Amino acid sequence: MSALNWGAAEPHLPILLVMTPIFGALFSTFLRRGVLAWLLALIVTLSLPLMSITLLLKVLETGQPIIYKIGNWDAPFGIVYKVDQLSAYVLCVISFIGAVILPYARRSIAAEIEEPAQSWYITMYLLCLGGLLGIVITGDAFNAFVFLEISSLSTYVLIALGRHRRALLASYQYLIMGTIGATFYIIGVGLLYLVTGTLNFDDLSQRLSTAVADPGMRNATLTALGFIVVGLALKLALFPMHVWLPNAYAYAPSVATAFLAGTATKAAIYLLIRVVFSVFGTALSVEALPIPDLLLVLSLAAMFLASFSAVFENNAKRMLAYSSVAQVGYIMLGVALANQASMTGALAHIANHAIMKTALFLALGAVFYRIGSVLYSDMSGIGRKMPLTMAAFAIAGIGLMGTPGTSGFISKWYLAIGAIDAGLYSVVFMIVASSLISVVYIGRITEVVWFREPSPAAATAKEAPLSMLIPLWLLAGLTVYLGFDTRLTADVSAKAADILIGGIR
Amino acid sequence: MRFDLILRVGAKLVLPFILLFALYVQFHGDYGPGGGFQAGVIAAGMVILYALIFGIRAAKQIAPPAIVEMMVPLGVLLYAGTGMAGIFLGDNFLEYTAFAHDFLHAHEWGIFTVELGVLITVCSTMIVMFYAFVERGRS
Amino acid sequence: MMDALQQFSAHYNYYITIFLMISGLFIVIARGNLIKKLIGLSLFQTSVYLLYLTPAKIVGGTAPIYDKNFTVYANPLPHVLMLTAIVVGVATLALGLALVVRIKEAYGTVEEDEIFTKDPESE
Repeated sequence: MSALNWGAAEPHLPILLVMTPIFGALFSTFLRRGVLAWLLALIVTLSLPLMSITLLLKVLETGQPIIYKIGNWDAPFGIVYKVDQLSAYVLCVISFIGAVILPYARRSIAAEIEEPAQSWYITMYLLCLGGLLGIVITGDAFNAFVFLEISSLSTYVLIALGRHRRALLASYQYLIMGTIGATFYIIGVGLLYLVTGTLNFDDLSQRLSTAVADPGMRNATLTALGFIVVGLALKLALFPMHVWLPNAYAYAPSVATAFLAGTATKAAIYLLIRVVFSVFGTALSVEALPIPDLLLVLSLAAMFLASFSAVFENNAKRMLAYSSVAQVGYIMLGVALANQASMTGALAHIANHAIMKTALFLALGAVFYRIGSVLYSDMSGIGRKMPLTMAAFAIAGIGLMGTPGTSGFISKWYLAIGAIDAGLYSVVFMIVASSLISVVYIGRITEVVWFREPSPAAATAKEAPLSMLIPLWLLAGLTVYLGFDTRLTADVSAKAADILIGGIR
Repeated sequence: MRFDLILRVGAKLVLPFILLFALYVQFHGDYGPGGGFQAGVIAAGMVILYALIFGIRAAKQIAPPAIVEMMVPLGVLLYAGTGMAGIFLGDNFLEYTAFAHDFLHAHEWGIFTVELGVLITVCSTMIVMFYAFVERGRS
Repeated sequence: MMDALQQFSAHYNYYITIFLMISGLFIVIARGNLIKKLIGLSLFQTSVYLLYLTPAKIVGGTAPIYDKNFTVYANPLPHVLMLTAIVVGVATLALGLALVVRIKEAYGTVEEDEIFTKDPESE
């Protein structure tokens, strides 16, 4: 039932999905003009969702993972790319967000980045996209590290090109934290390699289950687990390791913020889920070390403390950045509860949050494009001047609160069911309570934007151009649509959760 | 340092051998320790030594920044292109089997082109980084 | 006592690795100078190379290049992995230094506390 016919390229789709953006990045360095590089990137990024959807459909149809052997070397010896329900789903999310931003990017980049850097900016965008897709698709622990660094290094550049000088500092701080995180990850992988002698995820999980019988090996394995979880928690900005994130998002150029908010943390979350559940399995990550308990406490802290920070923030981009930390908390909460329903909620929230948060940041990018600021004082009354932009912002904001009828509700619903299944009724209460805080911070900016007299900056603003409005409304529309039709998110998530949980309990 | 005769003559004597050694490390990589990364750094070291002694302007004449900048993606393109060639010849990505009549020869060719790509990229990246840091704060 | 000493000498490579790891991380956290932080970060990354490389040595093994006269070789895989990690490390360091150069141009200093006084958190 494959919707698209790829002909002879069909068996090579897993590698093409990663190599297409990387080739796009290479060729765009030769095109010295920003417009040309953008056109190339547009073609490249639009092809990626088609590929990942084909992969997803194929995996759902057969129920078997797709394995692609690089250089035709067999699994434990060569690097394999493995697409199962979970990774195909996350690939779809990342490639979709990567594609939807690009039509918007042309004007935003032209306004915020100087011409000689524009084609390099596109290069970095494509490299980052290729790296993120690579993290998700690869079946090899070290290969995942390489892709993690490809995406991180290009992310640092994307952030540093922001107009304010604090963008440099934010990028520097992220570089330090991100590198520590990635290095922790390879320390963990190194220890696993010492214990098992393999780097392939499937092979690792098999060998670990026998290797841990030896007490020395068991200690090394648990140390590895600790290193990997902490390293990836830094990357995915789990509270309290999120300090790099608010400034990085606040001072990066609009396109970079929207892209990173939708994708970067999601790829790290995927990798954490993959390692904790598929490689270590419950025997180690739940019984030997209380990883879920730890994640549970931290994600609850994120949901509340980061939300509180968002309430008192006066910079709209930073407010949303804190909200991202809180939303990562929701996803990790679902992961920590580790049952079928909560995992479904967490995975569904990966897509839902990516869509909503990207829409919100795109709306702010449009405001920045018109008035050159996203401070509340400058944004007051902007809703009257840019009604379409701010209406989309409001819809996505309502989704973020988890109001019924939006996609945010679906994921929180599953999270709540998961908490009930786990017997933690207080967690259900906390999910609701933390949603109420998001009502406050979204309500506060809504009040500023719609019910105040226009500021001097806002008074002269015009509605955002069509090329910005279309991606924005596409995402805002999806926020509502996915609140009613859950086939794309929750149903696929449930299947992916089956694989993760099925192997465990 | 511009008038330091011994340094200038000494450098001129050493420079070609540095490049030769880089090429040795590159092409002898099949039989001994070596390969594109090491050779690329050594070759870039030659340009950097030249720049240190004869000045950045002279170095830019033997290694023009525009060309060096083009070489960075070119090397990666050669590497990735070798991978794609495998696909076009009906095998998997980065599979070299179809490059020659037998398995060993095919792999020799595959690894040769990949290492050439690595050499180009590593060498040019090192030079670009050197140029970028040296230029800063001058203008 | 002898046991502990023997244990130490048998695993001295790991102790060196751990020492480098911790000192690198300490420099990153304790120093306010942006360049020194990067040096610490580099040290931290370098310690990982040792973590991978020392177990790859096999007693009596030669360099992993095929030769009829030898049968025991060192494990080549960690070397290849660390070659990649070194490249990543170099790229990170170069990017970090480039950022510090730009920060120095924008703020006129590379000391963290001075930068923070120049840019108050609220604006």
